[in-house]
Order: sequence, then structure tokens, then C-alpha cells
Amino acid sequence: MAALIATGNSQQESAAGLTARQRGLLLLPALLAIAIFLVLPLGFILVYSFLTKGTYGGVVWEFSLAAYEQFLFERDLFTDELVFHASYLQIYGRSVLQALVATIACLAIGFPTAYYIATRPAAQRNMWVFLITVPYWVNLLIRTVSMLFIIRDEGPLNSILLGIGLISEPIRLAYTDFAIGLGLVYSYLPFMVLPIYAAIERFDFRLVEAGHDLYADRWTILRQIIVPLTRPGIVAGSLLVFIPSLGSFIAPDLLGGGKNLMIGNTIALQFQSSRNWPFGSAAAVILLTLVLIVLVLFARRAQQAAAEQGRQ
Amino acid sequence: MTTKIRLLAAASAAIITLGLSSGAEAAGELKIYNWFDYIPQDLLDKFAKEHDVKVTMDTYNSNEDLLARLKAGVTGYDVAVPGEYMVAILLQEGLLEKVDAFALPNFKNVREDMLGVYWDPKREYSVPYQWGSTAFMVDSAVYGGDINTWQVIFDPPAELKGKINMLKEVNEVLNAGLRYLGHPRCNDNPEQLKELNDLLLKAKADWLSFNSDGAKEVLVTGDAAAGQIYNGFGMRAREERATLKYAYPKEGYTGWSDNIVVIKGAPNIENAKLFMNFMMDPENAAALTNFARYSAGVKGVEPFLDKALVEAPEVNPPADAPKAEFVPPCPENVVQMYDKIWTNLLK
Repeated sequence: MAALIATGNSQQESAAGLTARQRGLLLLPALLAIAIFLVLPLGFILVYSFLTKGTYGGVVWEFSLAAYEQFLFERDLFTDELVFHASYLQIYGRSVLQALVATIACLAIGFPTAYYIATRPAAQRNMWVFLITVPYWVNLLIRTVSMLFIIRDEGPLNSILLGIGLISEPIRLAYTDFAIGLGLVYSYLPFMVLPIYAAIERFDFRLVEAGHDLYADRWTILRQIIVPLTRPGIVAGSLLVFIPSLGSFIAPDLLGGGKNLMIGNTIALQFQSSRNWPFGSAAAVILLTLVLIVLVLFARRAQQAAAEQGRQ
Repeated sequence: MTTKIRLLAAASAAIITLGLSSGAEAAGELKIYNWFDYIPQDLLDKFAKEHDVKVTMDTYNSNEDLLARLKAGVTGYDVAVPGEYMVAILLQEGLLEKVDAFALPNFKNVREDMLGVYWDPKREYSVPYQWGSTAFMVDSAVYGGDINTWQVIFDPPAELKGKINMLKEVNEVLNAGLRYLGHPRCNDNPEQLKELNDLLLKAKADWLSFNSDGAKEVLVTGDAAAGQIYNGFGMRAREERATLKYAYPKEGYTGWSDNIVVIKGAPNIENAKLFMNFMMDPENAAALTNFARYSAGVKGVEPFLDKALVEAPEVNPPADAPKAEFVPPCPENVVQMYDKIWTNLLK
């Protein structure tokens, strides 16, 4: 026993005993990968967004703010005056709204699901978590196309509803905003369930009993005890759903029929037929900034909440 | 027993092919950059065997993809297969190698209407690969009226409202609208573009979706009863849903023509020229056409073509149909205006 403790100690010591230089070396591969494959390309994007566009794609090395100007203003077709236009704001607004709706829907479905799983006996929980991840064995594109097959006018969903006489003619589900929402929720639901599950699993249920002892009703217990203590999981889940939804374009293109541009398609378009690399880069920088703002806001709220709890 | 033998034969054939294509004795290499699903493997194998060349191929999904990659500095490819307007752009950007394609032995087979073309008048850089048209199809079981007019798409009859798919290609949609209005393509006249903008916004209410990759699928499943489509793709759609009819609109429709070109700085120029020559052989061009289901750019392919292809209405326009129009790349200011109208339409 003493020997065991001794080895344990010596292992800890050797881990802690690494020199700063050795620890730096351990970190080096990860840092290099991030620098080369993330920071460098982002740098390109940032630089390109301030250059002049080449006629057939590419950039001319001349400083220009035209790309950012184009986001909010356009030259009038007739008078060549700069006038404000909201096309891109509308596209970004719609993308944000859609991501928000998807996040709220995922939360509404994901929280009870996670709660249910976390309150099962330990032996069952792993099975439930495993089942939640099963759809992920199939490629996203295939899952999305399958959904299209199910909800289309002549698909099984409409056939069943027609068959049991609930509706008299097929309801148009495919190629609508509803279909996009459905696709996003289906794609990203596990991202919501898993972090919340992890938070609830660590939650001390004796606190709920204590709440009951103090005559709190169920709603109060949920609001005042469970939600505040599982908030990190809820925040993480919401971010994990919101951010990919914001940039998604498989669901809007396939399920929504591609009738409306999303942020992702708008950016892709600039590198293809519109041949405007600087504007594509600027649009990407603006999206990145939006995401960063959301992250910073969340981080601040979390800090404030932690500080308040500390005072209490 | 027979299955077993066949399996064995297939396996040994595969081993032989592998041996050939990876063999050290191959005289050289050829790297092809081609559209996705646009050449049969048999034909590549045949070329590899005939000329003792190791062939590898990567694929792209659009002319714009090809341009963007080449502009981004992707190198190492010998030949690519751009559409006609992209040949013009690549040439202007100095991305093509001058190979005097007209001097190749099989060049004599090229169809007359593929000579003196605007994108390469002397055929110094390119040889024809496949060509076809882009118009639209209508399900005759849903709508029985005259379909040879763009009115079906831009001012649809009640039966087709809400059941129309458009290609997700700015030029195809805008040029179709300009044809319907009777205005020239690559247009920078603000009044006419305003008219086009209004037409598209009004028509969008009657459209179901914008989908290029799935242009065939939406028609075959019946989700759409009319849709813009490339002719060969349309032929495959009709083979799955017999009531689909390809239209030759009287206001005109787009023609396109893909070409084999040699990329500037190609490592294997001689093999690239051999490949150009190989693909202009009528038997090989026919094998390609039977696979891709568009039309060959060389004469004398008929004896080798599938019967279905010889008779298909999608690749054999009726005598009274207008000729397909090849649209040159639009100038920069027009590209910008088209982008504005497109963004406005899809915002």
C-alpha cells in the first residue's frame, strides 16, 4: 500500500517535474497545427477582404474597402450613387433567426431527453447515450436526403396521413422553412442532449429533496435549482447547435429548395460564379465576428452569473 | 460455377489493370482534371494500355470550381475539360498551353460546326469533348399545352404553378429570363435589367426550388412538373419517367460545349496531346457519348452509338427548333449586375 502511494506520488512529481521547456514541446504539435491550418488561412481571409477583386476571380494587390462597402451599400443602377441596401443584412438576419429557432427547438426537446437519461439507473444511461449517437454513423448529406424522401408530397409521411384520413390532400412540407428547421433540429439535437446530460448527471439530486422540504413547487425547483446548476451544459449545448446552424447550407439547399440564400451559400457564391473573392472573404470575416460576439456575450453572462452566485 | 469463373476473370482483369496502371514500365503519366462522372473508366484504361501511360484523374463540379482552383495555384494537372466560355476565360488569364491541336492527326474528324468557334477560332488550344443544350422539361401528364416557349417557366399555367425547379446557376436563370423578354444576353442596359429583375421576382412566387445537382431527381419524383435541365441529364430523367418532354423554346436556349485543354505548365504535354488525339477517334468519342449521353464533337460516331441515343429527342432537335446559342463570358460590369439581381432574387 505504501509502495502504491509512493509510486503514485512519484508519478505526480514526474509530471509536475517537467521543465517549462519540456511542457512547451508537448504542446508544440497542437500549436503548430492550429497556427498552420487555422490562423494562417484566417489571416489570408482577413487580408483578402481588404484587397481589390480580380476580373475572373483572385485578387489584385491593391488596398480597398469595397468589399465591406458592398455589404451595406450598392451603386444605383441608374444614377451610380451609393445607396444603402439591406439584401445581405436580410440574408444574415434570416440565418441568425433560423439558427435561433433551431437552438430553442433543440433545447425544448433536448433538455427533457437529457433529464430522462440522467435519471435512469447508471447501467441504462450508457445505452441511451449510445442510442442518441446512432444517427451519427450515417453521413449528414444522406440523413438530410432521407428526410427529404420522407416528407415530400408523394413520400411516406403524406401517404400515411392520407391513408388514415387525417388530411385529404398532401401537405407541402418539403421545400419550406419548416423543413429547414426540421433538418437543423434533427442534425444537431445530439449536440444539445450530450452536454446537458453531462451536467445533469453530475447534479446532486439531494438539492431537489431539500427544495421539496422547503415547500418549493416543481416549477420553482426547476427554475431556481436545476437550471442554474446545469447552466454550463445548457450554454455549451446551445452554442454547439447555434454556431453550426448559422453556417449550415445543406439543410437550406436540399430541404428548403435553395430558394433563399443563407450565409454559407452567399459566401460560396462569391468564390464561384460571382468571382468576387474579396467580398466572399469580407462576408466570412463578418460571420466570424458575429460568432465571436455571441461567444463573448455568453462568456460574460456566465462570469456574471458565477460572480452573483459567489456573493449569495 | 459460371459466377465463380466470372468473378475470377474479373479479379484477374482487375489485377492486370492494376499492374498496367501502376507498373514501373509505363512510359509516362497523365493527370486529368475532369467533371465528376464524365468519362467511363474503360476508356481511361484503354488509353493507358494503348500508350503505356499511367492515368490518374481528379474531378470538379463546375466551371467556376475549375477556375477558382487553377487561380488559387493548384498545379500538376495536364488536361482539363472546361466549357466553352471557361476556355475563353482561362485563355485570357494565361492558364492554357498552346498545343496546336489543329495539327493532331484525328483533328480531321471534328464536326464543321465545332471549327472557327469564338472561344478558340483556330483550335490552337482545345478540341471538342461533348456538347449539348440547356433548356427545360415539362411533365406532359401534368400539362398538355405547348411547351416550346419560356412562358411555361416565367408565366406558368395553373397546372404548373408551384411545381417548377430552376437551375441554381445565375447565368442560366438570368439568360433564360432575357430570352423570354427578347433582350440580348450579357446585357448591361439598366432599363432592361430592371425589367428582368421584376420578371424574376414575380416568377419566383410560382417556383418550387433552385436545384442543379437534383434537377433530374425533382422531375423524376414528381415534386416538380417542369424544370430547367441539361439535355443529356434530361434524357436520363425521361428514361425514368416517360411523360417528361424536353422543350426547344422558340425564344432560344443555351448551348454549351466542353473542350479538352492542356493546362499551362503541364508536366506531360506530349501525353496530353496523345489524349486529345485519342478522344477525337470516332470509336472512343462514341464510347464517351454512350456514357455521358450528350453529343460528340467529332463525325463518324453513329455506327458506335447506342440506338436509344440516336433517336433521343433530347439530343436531336426538331428541324424547326432554333439553334442553341453559345453565350460568351460576360464583361465584368455585367457579372456584377447579374450578381446583384441574383442576390436580390434569393435574399
